[in-house]
Amino acid sequence: MTDRWMVITVLIAMTLASALAVVYARHETRRTFVALQAAETARDEMNIEWGRLQLEQSTWATHVRIDKLAREKLGMRIPSTDNIVIIKP
Amino acid sequence: MSKQDKKKLQFPFRRAVVLTAFSVFALSLGYRIVDLHVLRKDFLQDEGNARAVRVVDTVAHRGMILDRNGEPLAISTPVDSVWANPKKLVTVRDRWPELAKAVGMKPRKLERLLASKAKREFVYLGRRIHPDRAARIMSLQIPGVSLQREYRRFYPTGEVSGHLLGFTDIDDIGQEGIELAYQDYLQGKNGSKRVLKDLYGQVIEDIESIRVAEPGKDLYLSIDRRLQYLAYRELKAAVKKHNARSGSAVLLDVQTGEVLAIVNQPSFNPNSRKGLTGDRYRNRAVTDVFEPGSTIKPFTVAAALTTGLFTPDSPIETGPGTMKIGRNMVRDTKNYGSIDVRKVIQKSSNVGASKLALAIPAETFWEVLNKAGFGNPTLSGIPGEAAGILTLASKWRDIERATLSFGYGLSATPLQLAQAYSVFATNGKLQRVTFQRQDSESTREQDVVQVMPATVALQVRNMLELAVRPGGTGTRAQIQGYRVAGKTGTVHKLGQSGYEEDSYLSVFAGLAPASQPRLIMVVMIDEPRSGEYYGGIVAGPVFANVMAGALRLLNVPPDDLESLRPRMAATETDVLATLQTSHGEGQ
Repeated sequence: MTDRWMVITVLIAMTLASALAVVYARHETRRTFVALQAAETARDEMNIEWGRLQLEQSTWATHVRIDKLAREKLGMRIPSTDNIVIIKP
Repeated sequence: MSKQDKKKLQFPFRRAVVLTAFSVFALSLGYRIVDLHVLRKDFLQDEGNARAVRVVDTVAHRGMILDRNGEPLAISTPVDSVWANPKKLVTVRDRWPELAKAVGMKPRKLERLLASKAKREFVYLGRRIHPDRAARIMSLQIPGVSLQREYRRFYPTGEVSGHLLGFTDIDDIGQEGIELAYQDYLQGKNGSKRVLKDLYGQVIEDIESIRVAEPGKDLYLSIDRRLQYLAYRELKAAVKKHNARSGSAVLLDVQTGEVLAIVNQPSFNPNSRKGLTGDRYRNRAVTDVFEPGSTIKPFTVAAALTTGLFTPDSPIETGPGTMKIGRNMVRDTKNYGSIDVRKVIQKSSNVGASKLALAIPAETFWEVLNKAGFGNPTLSGIPGEAAGILTLASKWRDIERATLSFGYGLSATPLQLAQAYSVFATNGKLQRVTFQRQDSESTREQDVVQVMPATVALQVRNMLELAVRPGGTGTRAQIQGYRVAGKTGTVHKLGQSGYEEDSYLSVFAGLAPASQPRLIMVVMIDEPRSGEYYGGIVAGPVFANVMAGALRLLNVPPDDLESLRPRMAATETDVLATLQTSHGEGQ
């Protein structure tokens, strides 16, 4: 008789424990999902920022602009052949 | 004990009533619990979810387009659109001037706008504005004003690669060019997730992810941004200088068939396309065909050499500079007399080319042209690509064989012509063009077409070099320090009633360095109207300028050491001496 009660008690305890575990796991899932979402949002924000910076960088580095600055502001030009010496090996 | 018993039994009826009442209460509560949690659970759960749980899209980024060195050519970046609910906005009239200033509208205009939409619940105040500015507007905290996130595609190179890249529509879907061709590759797949929203529609909690958003993949093109700009600048200058209708230029890498630069004039800026019509968007170098004219002659000569009936030294009588075929007349610009096959290319003799074409089997000539890709699309993947026309040899009459030999009666795109010229650069093999960066030579499987024997290709290449040397038609295409091989073309345009006398296409197709070709370039300028129209004079300098810059940027060593001999020095003193002489000369 006592054995049987023991078994039942253990089973009840295990059921309760697993029920609590389900609750816990469920809660944990949500919590980590929220954390994941936050991380993803942060990642997206950074990606966006990166894209924007890249855009800005490449706008500043447009060849039209560099070309113009080099020629007009800095007075640069491509050396003509007269200014080039080739070193014989 | 007995005292208590007595107490208990004092009001038996009342006890019974109370107990009954409690148990009825407990039972009805129990029933309610079962009812809610078991019997009507699904219905209630659904109703609850319907009020609070929402499935929302998570937006996937469209992939970037980059050049071969990883420089961005197209980037999607989020922008904000400001919208308002006029019904709510009406309640705060005193703040309107403030709002008008923030969105950059005149107060009067804002008033009119809101008055006209007073019955609606949605009106845009500003679309696709800078996020910083949007944040400033929101910081005013005016009721009824909200933001909407949208993506906008930016093209840092603007006009320089407008035709190549194309553009996307307001939903970020490719409409033209590469954007359209690689739409599926670039576009991401939107994901979705389940969220909990409150009464006001604000997301309070993310519940679960249903589908993860897949961002679009980045696309690496074969284009080199530096060379693209160089080609753009030179072509634009030439089209302007010669007051031409339009122009195209294509620059190819010989070894891989990669397109390094492809530009057209007039161009457009994909960042702001207001007031532009469809023909402005055409990538003419791929979609428009033209008769290649004299630039076909190298293929005529190659076909003639392939048959074995001719060698570069075979004499050809081109006097008196005209040739009658049936009722038609083939003309040279002047009488070259008896010349060898080399000179046919060098002087660009129509009579000479016609005689070659008539002396060889039509099928051989057709085969060379067909294998070189004429009449077949290049399969580059650019939308709207034209295949050009090459009729079947069996249908050719004598006059057609003759005109084909100098490039009339067939048509090709500048891209096709450039691809065809790869034959002379790669020992007779056709190198198929591609717009995607090739990471290693083994990645692309292609059936190599041997268009002509390697020896013939080399012979023709040497002739093409003569055409650029003094005495040839393309001297303006010379580049100091490099050996250039190329062919000029001056084509009468086909008008309403046959070929027009005074409307031309100027073409130059060439490759460099000739000793070990690295680059091929085709320049085509449509209807130069400044008086000059010869291919060598209009298109040749564009070729020379772009090619010289490209060879320098790609670190290709000069191969024409003969012309550089005066500039050579072996020791430090020699260097100084060489520099001094040139400075002396300069002054």
